[in-house]
Amino acid sequence: MKNRVKLYANLGKYLPDGTAEGPTGNEADLEFDDGVTVGGVLEQLAVPREHCHLVLVNGIFVPPGERDGWALKEDDHLAVWPPVAGG
Amino acid sequence: MSWTKKILRVNLTNGTCESEPLNMEWANQYLGQRGLATKYLVEETDPKVDPLSPDNKLIMATGPLTGTIAPTGGRYSVVTKGALTGAIACSNSGGFFGAEVKNAGWDMIIFEGKSDKPVYLNIRNENAELIDAGDLWGKSVWETEDMIREAQGDNDVRIASIGKTGENQLLLACIVNDKDRAAGRSGVGAVMGSKNLKAVCVRGTLGVQVRDGMEFMQATNAAKKILAENAVTGEGLPTYGTQVLMNVINETGALPTHNAGDVQFEGASKIGGEAMHEIRESDGKANLVSNHACFSCPISCARVSQIDPTHFTVQGKPKYLEPSGGLEYESAWSLGAATGVDDLEALTYCNFICNEQGFDPISFGSTVAAAMELYEKGTITNDDTGGIELKFGSTEALVQIIEATANGEGFGLEVGMGSKRLCEKYGDPDLSMTVKGQEFPAYDPRGIQGMGLAYATSNRGACHLRGYTVASEILGIPEKTDPLVTDGKAGLVKAFQDATAAVDSSGTCVFTTFALTLDDIAPEIAAACEGDWTADSLVEVGERIWNMERQYNLDAGFTGKDDLLPKRLLKDAAKTGPAKGLTNGLDKMLPEYYELRGWDANGVPSDETKSRLSL
Repeated sequence: MKNRVKLYANLGKYLPDGTAEGPTGNEADLEFDDGVTVGGVLEQLAVPREHCHLVLVNGIFVPPGERDGWALKEDDHLAVWPPVAGG
Repeated sequence: MSWTKKILRVNLTNGTCESEPLNMEWANQYLGQRGLATKYLVEETDPKVDPLSPDNKLIMATGPLTGTIAPTGGRYSVVTKGALTGAIACSNSGGFFGAEVKNAGWDMIIFEGKSDKPVYLNIRNENAELIDAGDLWGKSVWETEDMIREAQGDNDVRIASIGKTGENQLLLACIVNDKDRAAGRSGVGAVMGSKNLKAVCVRGTLGVQVRDGMEFMQATNAAKKILAENAVTGEGLPTYGTQVLMNVINETGALPTHNAGDVQFEGASKIGGEAMHEIRESDGKANLVSNHACFSCPISCARVSQIDPTHFTVQGKPKYLEPSGGLEYESAWSLGAATGVDDLEALTYCNFICNEQGFDPISFGSTVAAAMELYEKGTITNDDTGGIELKFGSTEALVQIIEATANGEGFGLEVGMGSKRLCEKYGDPDLSMTVKGQEFPAYDPRGIQGMGLAYATSNRGACHLRGYTVASEILGIPEKTDPLVTDGKAGLVKAFQDATAAVDSSGTCVFTTFALTLDDIAPEIAAACEGDWTADSLVEVGERIWNMERQYNLDAGFTGKDDLLPKRLLKDAAKTGPAKGLTNGLDKMLPEYYELRGWDANGVPSDETKSRLSL
């Protein structure tokens, strides 16, 4: 199945070579096995867990303890940030 | 002690500058900066005073940690009755000016009266005098700083000044120090302009004493270690600044777009923090040149940007080609998402203009967004705008209108008075995205419910920095809460408001609280000052300050009915994103908030509450 994966801030480098799109190259449409979990995607992309501070699926926060059990559906958008803040 | 125990009182009517002792009883109750200056304003002025009359006072106040080596110890606040709101105003700024005031031996400067001609205040340690500013009137903030430095023959002076918008008493006017740091909100620059006070120049070399040097070193080193090791303050903010939030808030469906008609902006990723790092094809450079730190700040979140030299906004204008203060999240949102403009270079140009002529980009962008909606509805026409086609998404229109506001021309003057007055004038007040007359910032309360209560109850009008529950609701600091529910938000908002009031009175930056708790900050204050300063006492001080500000507003004529959000946020559900179908549940949160505050059903602090807080 296809999912939009958005790796923001300095995480864009973990997108597979040649897939990065968007104005800043922080996102890509990627193919995954049906039922892949959020944790599974992050593992496949080799994004270090400690850098996955804010993880959203379709804008909804996925707590760290639920990432390995949260199955993605076709066309779900996954967005990830390292620890960031603003004001 | 890190209070100098001295106030500089400047009577602009008489042209006098006099030293007087700081009221230490009040310092122990209100700490400094925001709290202490508000106490002086409350005691010395009538809350019903016309903000732009000589009877209003303008106070520039440091905190006990300002000018010390405490991390971020460079803050000062401008406290007055807000020209934009008619409510208590307290605008906080960084840079180096506040620390210089403290090092000159002053805890605060109180300006009263009105000069009969333009003047600036020149402070050299204990010596202060008013100097004719006839040659500076009509000059920008940038020109004013350069001219004063040359006149004083000293590049080390620090300057806070107003630009043309402050002189014109436009209600969006700021006071800008160090060329791009601003006491930005509530129209404090208009108050300064009304007093014919163009600038304050200060050089301080006296140093700041602390109660116990060794204890202070230990406390401040401990705080610096926490800030350095924290992933947000040690890495996230220095690298991406506040602008990293653009995509975060857009993804969470809480980015007010097109005058809050929408909650997500298609062009968000073109104007966010990541975009500022992108290398441009035109000149091989990125918009972002570097980060920048205020006095004694180890976080260094400020942005320095350089505009694409081929961009239409800077053709024939070499002064805008130099690196200068870049976009923060709030300014990128207001100038960009709110208006539908996704041109990063144009937004950077507009941000430069706000710094140069001293006006608040949050209120300006929000007002332009309201004007664009009125234009698209046909309520405002080309006859009103002088031919500017004010359509959502029009970069050209945004640039034309900001230049008009900066120069005090045509429709720009109407925009410079804020969206409340603009929308009322054109018969559509519900299109003004304001609370107590102040434009709300970059978080849509349909997608972040707690921020609705924070805006509605903010004492200075809608504001994110009075109770930044975004930290919890979105960023998980100190712990994650669900942004889409109202349960628990009354207590969350109150806790953030009280803690923030204390930090705003300390002389340090509220951004430290992404890593530090009051348990970390209290030892710094305790080592610097006399008095019993603990996390608990700071919370009590914060609550006292909040209630004092509230009472000032009530005495000024506000009531609980003003704790209200724009109808759009309460009636029109979010169209997309996680909050799709939701409005803000203010009616569910407000009664609980009043109860937690110890206020009656009309939002008035009870006698018991006032007694408990020694008010």
